[in-house]
Amino acid sequence: MKKYDVVTSISYPKKGAMGKTGSWRVFKPKLDKSKCVKCLQCWVFCPEGVIIKNKDGTIDIDYEYCKGCGVCANVCKVKAIVMEREAEDK
Amino acid sequence: MKVMIDTGNYIAAKAAVMAKPDVVAAYPITPQTTLVEGIAKYVATGEFKGEYICVESEHSAMSACIGASATGSRTFTATSSHGLLLMHEMLHWASLARLPVIMCNINRVIGPGWNIWSDQNDSIAQRDTGWIQFYCSSCQEIFDTVIQSFKLGEHKKVGLPVMINYDAFILSHTSMPVYIPEQKEIDDFIPTFKPLWKLDVDNPITFGNIIGPAYYEKVRKAMQDAQENAKTLIPEIAKEWKNKFGRYHGDLLERYKCEDAEYILMSMSAIGAESKVAIDNLRADGLKIGLARVRTFRPFPSEEMIKLGKQSDLIVIDRNISIGSEGALFNETKAALYNKSDAKVHGFIAGLGGKDVTYQDIEKICKKVVNGKAKDFEWYGFEGD
Amino acid sequence: MVKQRILSGMVLRGTKNMAIKDLPDTECILPGSAACPGCPATIGLRLVFKALGKNTIMVVPACCTAVIESLYPNASFDIPVMNIAFEAAAAGASGVEAALRKQGKTDTTVLAWAGDGGTYDIGIQALSGALERGTNFIYICYNNQIYSNTGIQRSGATPYAAWTTTTVEGKTEFRKEMGDIIMAHHIPYSAQACVSYPEDLYNKVKKAKSIKGPKYIEILAPCPPGWRFSMDKTVEMGALAVETGAWALYECEKDIVTFNGKSKLILEKKIERKPVEEWIKQQGRFRHLFKPQRDEKRIKAIEDYTSQVWERYRKCYLEK
Repeated sequence: MKKYDVVTSISYPKKGAMGKTGSWRVFKPKLDKSKCVKCLQCWVFCPEGVIIKNKDGTIDIDYEYCKGCGVCANVCKVKAIVMEREAEDK
Repeated sequence: MKVMIDTGNYIAAKAAVMAKPDVVAAYPITPQTTLVEGIAKYVATGEFKGEYICVESEHSAMSACIGASATGSRTFTATSSHGLLLMHEMLHWASLARLPVIMCNINRVIGPGWNIWSDQNDSIAQRDTGWIQFYCSSCQEIFDTVIQSFKLGEHKKVGLPVMINYDAFILSHTSMPVYIPEQKEIDDFIPTFKPLWKLDVDNPITFGNIIGPAYYEKVRKAMQDAQENAKTLIPEIAKEWKNKFGRYHGDLLERYKCEDAEYILMSMSAIGAESKVAIDNLRADGLKIGLARVRTFRPFPSEEMIKLGKQSDLIVIDRNISIGSEGALFNETKAALYNKSDAKVHGFIAGLGGKDVTYQDIEKICKKVVNGKAKDFEWYGFEGD
Repeated sequence: MVKQRILSGMVLRGTKNMAIKDLPDTECILPGSAACPGCPATIGLRLVFKALGKNTIMVVPACCTAVIESLYPNASFDIPVMNIAFEAAAAGASGVEAALRKQGKTDTTVLAWAGDGGTYDIGIQALSGALERGTNFIYICYNNQIYSNTGIQRSGATPYAAWTTTTVEGKTEFRKEMGDIIMAHHIPYSAQACVSYPEDLYNKVKKAKSIKGPKYIEILAPCPPGWRFSMDKTVEMGALAVETGAWALYECEKDIVTFNGKSKLILEKKIERKPVEEWIKQQGRFRHLFKPQRDEKRIKAIEDYTSQVWERYRKCYLEK
């Protein structure tokens, strides 16, 4: 990535630009892989892009950045993802 | 080198086209219209090979220039008065973004009521925007300054937009003979544009997102440093031009008969040109008076003012007024001299609304000061003169 | 006058699982942005970038996305982004496009991405000018029906009776039909989409990318804090908007209008539009129409208005 010398408001791409946004969560999406039918609805609708699509079609969740919005659980037709209140001392 | 006899606007158009901008985005407003029409003619003949966008407002003109400049293009536009005011927000944007957009502004009175003649309130109201500002007093100077502005604004130590101002009708629509260099000489004078940053899919930066206070302050300081660099570069570039083409209009100031002056008159633009006639007449009357025509208003040539103040009392004519305060040149000259000079400074407002200011008016002003009859600050013509 | 007919044999568009599997993996937004949880803008952006790819320069005016980009010196976007003043997205994009054209880089997509404020209201002049000039770019309005970034004030896109901070008792005007305004510019392609229908949205952006000239796509973006619903229901709210007819999915290509998916079925009366009440009662911004008692007059006004809109659509876009 080329960095410019001039001092003006130029920003560079960074994963976690606002830090580890997983700390924003109150509810955590709990994934039951045995129920998952690999429809990928959760992957396409995740606003944060933290649903990881694996080569075999299964998914994983990047909890470092997951904000716990619950959209994935809402769109999952088989309830493979369920929102659970996260423990206070996570 | 050939001679072109044409109005300030068509000369400015010629200069702009010879600088070979990649993108021109402009919106017409009297009395800038013939400038953008001039460029349109060069589009039709093929002499202008860049992109020419007829935008739907001046705000969009500056926004389009900003988009183009940010993508690595050399850009040019022109406007006047209300158009300049409409793009005020984007003037700040361009300079904070360190984009060297080059723009001619034809100084025209601000309404209401509608008034198309010359005064400087439009450009003076932009003095805080971070743009470098020049004021020209002849068509030759317009041509030379436009070309020099590309070199200055795009210089890696500057990287700021530049505004070249000249009077409505008095210059924009008045023909004068102008020496035009060869295209190759212009190509050699202005280096290829190397932007300080740009939008590039191979280097995906985000420009202009939220920035915290401490960082923002650094951006402002960098702009200030860039204008300080311009103070050095403007005389250098003017000197280079003089060596190459034999013409010199001054750099930050143009001094005329100042060597033994007890009084120095300071004025800008057309009044500045007219002042030379007044100076000659006053000298013939035995007055030791000279002219320092202010060409560069931003960066403000404080050091030059101090030099002037060391030798003479100063008489300042402003074709602008900050209502509730004074004329800008008067005010900023005094600020530059504070604690640095005992020189007496007199300020006069003249020519607002495009009221004609003749060499006789200027002589009256100077004589009033010399005869001790002038107040510190006066509106010429309102004191029962 | 816009020519109107249905293209026969249109493939029904919906969220087919197979199509979702085929969507590219390209991500141009990096996780950990400043977006609200459940934000529809980021859902939309992820899909848009899958269709456009990395050879894209984005121009963003003041709007939520300007904040979603995160704080200097970091950015959450992995493509070049230029922020610009609120009203200037389309003008800035015009300049970027001209620069790229001069450089011979006509394969780089110029994307202007603006909210409904920067499109319907303050930005409409620049947009209209850029469309009229035939600028080769894609303008996408992500419409959450409010000035969301500044704290949920009403915009020209806000629906009738909706609470906003500046229409505390409910907006007294109906929203602008931006789609009609765009169609009056007779640009090569315009469309309405919704984040809840990802394949439809992806296809529309892909189609826009393949066409030269100005393209406009408006994406309905249900905003949890702005519309006052639970942040997990973003996709649900978008689907309900389409199912009740509060939002229509359609395309206009070379002045020919085609409705898509559920909207097409509603247009043809093959399915009944759900009552709009089913959509609005789920949103806190319409709560005052139900509590402390039902505001029959305004609920009926909303339903009547929606019926009229669809009658107009049928008159204009259904072949007799």
